[in-house]
Amino acid sequence: MTDIYQDSIEQSVEKQYTISILTEDKPGLLNAVTIVFTRRKLNIDMINVSASEVEGVSRYTIVLTTSKEQVEKVVKQIRKHVDVLGAFVYNEDDIHYQEIALYKVPTKIFVGGVEVEQIIRDNNARILVIEKDYIVIEKTGHKEETSRLFEILKKFGVLEFVRSGRISVSKSKRRTETFLEELEKSTTHSLSNNNGTVN
Amino acid sequence: MEKMDTIQKPPSDIGEKKVRISGSEALILSLLEEGVDTIFGYPGGAIMPIYDALYHYQDKVNHLLTRHEQGAVHAAQGYARVTGKVGVCFATSGPGATNLITGIADAQIDSTPLVCITGQVVAHLLGTDAFQESDVLGISMPVTKWNFQVTKPEEIPEAIAKAFYIAKTGRPGPVLIDITKNSQTDKLDFEYKPCKKIRSYHPYPALKKQDIEDAATLINNAKKPYILAGHGILISGAEKEVLTLSEKANIPVASTLLGLSSFPPDHENYAGMLGMHGNYAPNLLTNECDVLIAIGMRFDDRVTGDVSRYASKAKVIHIEIDPSEIDKIIKAEVGVNGDAKQALQMLLPLVKENTHTDWIAEFRRLDKIEFEKVIKKDTFPDGNEIKMGEVVRILSEISDGNAIVVTDVGQHQMIASRYYKYKKPNHIVTSGGLGTMGFALPAAMGAQVGKMNEKTVAIAGDGGIQMTIQELGTIFQYNIPLKIIVLNNNFLGMVRQWQQLFFEKRYSFTEMVNPDFVKIADGYGIPAKRVSERADLQNALQEMYDSEGPYFLEVKVEMEENVFPMVPSGDSVSNIRLE
Repeated sequence: MTDIYQDSIEQSVEKQYTISILTEDKPGLLNAVTIVFTRRKLNIDMINVSASEVEGVSRYTIVLTTSKEQVEKVVKQIRKHVDVLGAFVYNEDDIHYQEIALYKVPTKIFVGGVEVEQIIRDNNARILVIEKDYIVIEKTGHKEETSRLFEILKKFGVLEFVRSGRISVSKSKRRTETFLEELEKSTTHSLSNNNGTVN
Repeated sequence: MEKMDTIQKPPSDIGEKKVRISGSEALILSLLEEGVDTIFGYPGGAIMPIYDALYHYQDKVNHLLTRHEQGAVHAAQGYARVTGKVGVCFATSGPGATNLITGIADAQIDSTPLVCITGQVVAHLLGTDAFQESDVLGISMPVTKWNFQVTKPEEIPEAIAKAFYIAKTGRPGPVLIDITKNSQTDKLDFEYKPCKKIRSYHPYPALKKQDIEDAATLINNAKKPYILAGHGILISGAEKEVLTLSEKANIPVASTLLGLSSFPPDHENYAGMLGMHGNYAPNLLTNECDVLIAIGMRFDDRVTGDVSRYASKAKVIHIEIDPSEIDKIIKAEVGVNGDAKQALQMLLPLVKENTHTDWIAEFRRLDKIEFEKVIKKDTFPDGNEIKMGEVVRILSEISDGNAIVVTDVGQHQMIASRYYKYKKPNHIVTSGGLGTMGFALPAAMGAQVGKMNEKTVAIAGDGGIQMTIQELGTIFQYNIPLKIIVLNNNFLGMVRQWQQLFFEKRYSFTEMVNPDFVKIADGYGIPAKRVSERADLQNALQEMYDSEGPYFLEVKVEMEENVFPMVPSGDSVSNIRLE
């Protein structure tokens, strides 16, 4: 009985999940994916959409905080969409992930001292652009790391700050192309082809 | 001139060589290639070129002009549900398209295959708030299985081929194709190839042998197994397999609302209907069974009541084609993801013959209680006023359970589901998931058109009939031989019942002052009669049923009749009330 109780607790505890989705690259798909969240009043923490390594296939990385039970249902609903090739849910331990942040700061804060330069070194950031009035600093890392640098730079005056959504790759060794090939082969498209097939 | 030449080309030319025709004609030819013989629709500015092309093909396809786009989509649903084919409807842009939405949402939740074609403003005006422009793709996205906007005529054949393939395969559903006006008028080199495969869409998951074996083991060891028969049985045509499973292992079978007609109602293993107003035994004994075999159903909250107190002693086998339904509401011990018929064909040889005489006797014992406390009073009442139950019981007797019955939503729907003995598969059409009032009249019209040789009866309440009553015009224009029964209690009966039971009889806006329905039917040239005395009921129903053409029968029924049994909303099925 304790196990079932523990299991149901685990199902309902909220934590951060990363959903990775492969879709056909078609207009409207982003809307089709996000309405699955809207309908359940789930707030998306981060989202990134871009072309994958396979031509014509988009990869979505969506981060949200919710229960295991809810995220599993959401992923099943996303998979149901006709133009979705695959959708997977990951814990933070199952993926390698990164975000990128850009900080636009006044050029003058670099003048007359080494403090800012040292901050950039210490945070493994780099200078992307130098203009007369401003400098753009770039940093990649996890949210805590890019936030930490923001907090430090804030006292010098940050003109603009932007952070991307998470991008991630899974720790699985499988290639995306192999997944797509298997997808084409393993599943049936009509009942007549499926008579008696057993996996 | 060139246009006329191409339009008059017989469609047999297509598919063999490319012909240069307008997008509109390509659409009509594509529909013909998909075997479409009936379209329900309503023209308007942005779909006029399609209607112009249709004008030249009236000998090949039957188009019915409804009186409202909602009528068109419900008619297409009714047509689809009784024929098993894809229902097709046309509407123009803007309000035409938005009027389809209720029917599309209904078709989505009740797994009904539809292809809805909407006209759209010319492509360069998209997003400019042009006259009758609305974002139909955005609006319909949450309620369609798939939708697509055509902005170039070359896209039409492939879009239509995909639309039909997606609508009818796997778990069926509605598809909307929005066609900009320029795509209708511009030309393309037409060639039609049916869609057989989409790499991202896998409608028939391959069954896993292990799941089937696990299911068989559970069934073979069960003391009190129990089959719940859902709509998926009718969609996959697995009626025979369910019957065999039930007989071989001697398992009682209860039906969901949409599963009605999938199992013979007079069979000794038939337990009746599940749900809030279903039968007593099948609800109550859900919490007694040890193995629940749910086939092609989705555990709607009207079936489960409080899920934490549902099937509490049972291990659940869930046979379902839509993987997102497995574990959605009720955790399955064994989830069998695949087509119901195939799954049962694989399962049957592994199931051992068995007997569960005592278990089935429990159902029969509770049936007797329900008969004494509810059914007898409903179907053979001794009060002065006519009850809905006796109307349905007499109709069932007159038609010997062979009519197609299409219901609206509310008290009469539950009564029609409980007391009509549906002997033929797909002979009930009802709005289950969405509960759309106004569904019956147009859906019955579409069902009748789909099965012209079968008697079709629409049963509606006085509320629902008035939501789409304008479709009497369509029935009149095409002389559709539909029989219409309005069970008139001058109330929105189901809401009134809840107000009586749960809102201390505060009848907040549920009483209706109704028009003279017989006069309205008369205005449409439809023979009509009103019955308010029991002595006239049998003859009136017989006269209606025997009539050749359309017929409208209003029956004045008891005003404050309640539907029982009832599982109060959110309560456990174990707390089903008989009064």
